Amino acid sequence: MMIRTEALREIARLRGDALVVAVYSSAFEWLDISPHALNFLAVGAMGQAATNGLGFAIGLPHKHIMVLDGDGSLLMNLGTLVTIAEAAPENLTHFVSENGTYEANGDHPIPGAGRVSFAGFARAAGYRTVAEFDDIEKLRAGLPAFLDSPGPRFATLRLKAGDKPQLDYALVHGEEARKRFAAGLTADMAARGAR
Amino acid sequence: MKAANAAPRLSGALIIEALSAAGVRTVAALPDITTSHGLLWPLSRRKDLRLIRVCKEDEGVTICSALSYCNHRAVMLMQQTGLLDSLNAVAGIAVEYHQPVCMIVGMLGKTGGVAPEDNRKYSVRIVPPVLRAMGVDHLCLESDADIPDMVQAIHAAYERSRPLVVLLGSKVQP
Repeated sequence: MMIRTEALREIARLRGDALVVAVYSSAFEWLDISPHALNFLAVGAMGQAATNGLGFAIGLPHKHIMVLDGDGSLLMNLGTLVTIAEAAPENLTHFVSENGTYEANGDHPIPGAGRVSFAGFARAAGYRTVAEFDDIEKLRAGLPAFLDSPGPRFATLRLKAGDKPQLDYALVHGEEARKRFAAGLTADMAARGAR
Repeated sequence: MKAANAAPRLSGALIIEALSAAGVRTVAALPDITTSHGLLWPLSRRKDLRLIRVCKEDEGVTICSALSYCNHRAVMLMQQTGLLDSLNAVAGIAVEYHQPVCMIVGMLGKTGGVAPEDNRKYSVRIVPPVLRAMGVDHLCLESDADIPDMVQAIHAAYERSRPLVVLLGSKVQP
């Protein structure tokens, strides 16, 4: 099984100039792996990462939006899969790290751990492309084609957390991170001539 | 003959024009019977406003927040029951992070022309005190004469980066 940092490094390699929405544990690691002005930390209300991604995908239709979601987080807001499929943003890629636990809240198992199919949920909701990866070599080989496939696209990443990331809650909840993101996005939009 | 105590008229067409005047380009919505016929159906036929149908109201709060980063004005249209169900997102995303999330709220069970706090229905009566406790700016549109106040309030919400709730005091007519 993949280690999450390995999987995130593969995604980072193909990130390009994408805006990335990341949730707790993924976010802590992602900030180290792919530091970038357009990293948005989806904190404040659990379960809202993919919905944040949808908002950005609508507001920035020419930009690739990647969501690094968690399994517990998505379970809290499963309806958003249907909302996203209905809105059908072609520029949205939704990854879910499936490790079967509420990692940021004491490692308790999620309901249905190992039984529910997040890819199955996404497929049934109407995402245009759905994939599952549980091996780093398969992810490395399959990721380019997956990212070139029609969106909205969804992939389950079955993985293990690996070493505990440094949990800097003050950083992810702090105003400075949001200001930095807002400034980065404003600069990016100005460079593209967006209004 | 018009009844002496008839509810004041609240026009969906005027509300839609006001949203356009306020620069709103996207409406996230979950249907509410007090706004369905007069506001949401007409909105759904507009070419100049994008309608995002959400499964749960807190999604709309988040969509409006994300769009605000993109200089894209949006509102969430819902019933007060959905607002109450979404308070975690309102608190955690809109209030704590100073986001200009604008919400338009149909008030199921409210008597038109009677202030929300003075209504018999509990889920109507508690809305303004809850919003005050949360520090969320809010106003109630009882009639067409109040609609320009909504335009000013939306402009102010974006200029000051603060959430806003607009309560619709009567059933909205087309």
